[in-house]
Amino acid sequence: MALEKIKLVQGRAVPVPGDAIDTDRIIPARFMKCVTFDGLGEYLFYDVRKNDDGTDKPHPLNDPRYAGASILISGANFGCGSSREHAPQALYRHGFRAVVAESFAEIFFGNCTTLGIPCLSLKRADLRALTAAVEEDPSLPVTVDVEAAAVRLGDREFAGEIRPSARQALLEGRWDPIGELLEGLPAANASLSRLGYV
Amino acid sequence: MGKTLFEKVWDAHAVRDLANGQTQLLIATHLIHEVTSPQAFGMLRDLGLKVAHPERTFATVDHIVPTDQRTEPFSDPLADAMIRELRRNCEEFGITYFDIRSGRQGIVHIVGPEQGITQPGTTIACGDSHTSTHGAFGAVAFGIGTTQIRDVLATQTMAMGKLKVRRINVDGRLRPGVYAKDVILHIIRTLGVNGGTGYAYEYGGEVFDRFSMEERMTVCNMSIEGGARAGYVNPDETTYAYLKGRPYSPKGAAWEEAVERWRSFASDADCSYDDVVHFRAEDIPPTVTWGINPGQGISIDERVPSPDTVPAEEREAVEEALAYMKLPAGRPIKGTPIDVAFLGSCTNARLSDFVEVSKYLKGRRVASGIKAIAVPGSMGVDLLCKEMGLDEIFREAGFEWREAGCSMCLAMNPDKLIGDQLCASSSNRNFKGRQGSPTGRTILMSPLMVAAAAVTGEVSDAREIFEVEELVEA
Ligand code: SF4
Repeated sequence: MALEKIKLVQGRAVPVPGDAIDTDRIIPARFMKCVTFDGLGEYLFYDVRKNDDGTDKPHPLNDPRYAGASILISGANFGCGSSREHAPQALYRHGFRAVVAESFAEIFFGNCTTLGIPCLSLKRADLRALTAAVEEDPSLPVTVDVEAAAVRLGDREFAGEIRPSARQALLEGRWDPIGELLEGLPAANASLSRLGYV
Repeated sequence: MGKTLFEKVWDAHAVRDLANGQTQLLIATHLIHEVTSPQAFGMLRDLGLKVAHPERTFATVDHIVPTDQRTEPFSDPLADAMIRELRRNCEEFGITYFDIRSGRQGIVHIVGPEQGITQPGTTIACGDSHTSTHGAFGAVAFGIGTTQIRDVLATQTMAMGKLKVRRINVDGRLRPGVYAKDVILHIIRTLGVNGGTGYAYEYGGEVFDRFSMEERMTVCNMSIEGGARAGYVNPDETTYAYLKGRPYSPKGAAWEEAVERWRSFASDADCSYDDVVHFRAEDIPPTVTWGINPGQGISIDERVPSPDTVPAEEREAVEEALAYMKLPAGRPIKGTPIDVAFLGSCTNARLSDFVEVSKYLKGRRVASGIKAIAVPGSMGVDLLCKEMGLDEIFREAGFEWREAGCSMCLAMNPDKLIGDQLCASSSNRNFKGRQGSPTGRTILMSPLMVAAAAVTGEVSDAREIFEVEELVEA
């Protein structure tokens, strides 16, 4: 399966500050009553974005200055909690193509990578500087450079980190492993019978 | 040099290296439920793939099943559609499905062990973060996303990077009124909610040696809340005794062989760990959360933190949590009025939880105005409780006794908090909105502490309310 090689994500960014933003907050559980992921985008961050009557609360995603942003900026331990892939799916379907944060919960990170969404970690001070710059001028183009593991904004560059296996998978267009896993199916079947499972 | 259980299981199940440096890992047992699997079957169909080993996947319904009325179709058409979808997928692909008529349905992490499907020395995957529960049996069990469910269905493998192992020793003796739930809340409070990033947690020491399987499951269940990707306890006689005679456990001569094999997976005495942490059991208090993540815990005797007294980098988080929880800074947590008491979830809805609470609840009454619900984790647990008459004890005390499911642990079925109700909960997550109302509030605690809160109408020290110390000594 030929997948896109993801080297750069360019676009405008939106900061959703806070640490330990969990997947229940990214997509509240009641919106998981669905048999496909289509349409999840509109429920992204629903409970922090909407009042009970459906009107908007103040939230960066409701702020027209950030409309059309494709890079999400957040804090430490982003995506903790439930393993629901609905969270990265909702981000993707809302239009996000990269997430920049101080750190990521492991399952969330893996789920994003498998969907081709790079998750880049920045040091706290750099994240603050990036957030401040974007908040001051949301129209600034931001670049997430997967190859260099860095974020660029105008002439500033923030060095970040991305797990080497994820970086390589994104750069080589192998972020969805199904093709490779299928190639290994005969070997897997051999392991199954060696272990006595079949 | 010896190996850890994690390394042994990993090595036995590693199929081959992948180009990105990850490993193609064989999954011995795959568990699925109605919420995270339908899209995976959709992907499978889109790609024209089959389920490679349907005999190694087991399904049940837990998240969205109602716990009050169980006649189909369910009143919620979306829930009904999801359950029909699971049935269709299981039928089409030949997967064993424990539905609500099977007598075996329940929360997936309670059903696997109960049926003897969860076995030592194996790899287990399920599209649910609390899959770590199964580690109690000396299995390496991973919560996975939906695309990975597709991978496991199609190939019985998934791509995974190897983890480091942190040994967590708890030695000594727990004080009366302190439970497995307190142990894990204390560990998470100490090591932090991301303390486990990159690790599998191996729990051991005197406390775990003495723990029942159900207590081990409670601790392993919340490994994920400490940021660990998996958590386990080495298998021992307690493990084998639990598994013996279960529906899917090996029988006859195969049983002896299996035990022999399982034994060989336990960590070697001379293995080395990437990190080792020690706790003293005597230092662990009944622990409750005050904030909006499971690491924000304190002893029942402590005061809620104040933004003025915490390090500067924590101030914002403390302010946010206190504002959401509507708790005044610096006040004792004890005495905080509650609205709802929930005894259930894959952390604490097993037989031993109901047995323990019923000992103290007998003859007591839930405080007026408090909604109290007891929800067995599986139809199997429900049946055993009823055989022992425990449901009657709970009902007489003023609890509603429900049918098996996830219930109020998360907001996908009719059991939900309303407005900013505060819930004393035996579940595992206190995230904003977790229990179904965007402003609902959760305080995590042990089942006996939930009962104490139900009886007094406020967060209470169960040892005082139920005179735990004396009863234990008598
Ligand atoms: S009881 Fe709660 S944590 Fe456990 S599987 Fe159900 S929803 Fe998840």
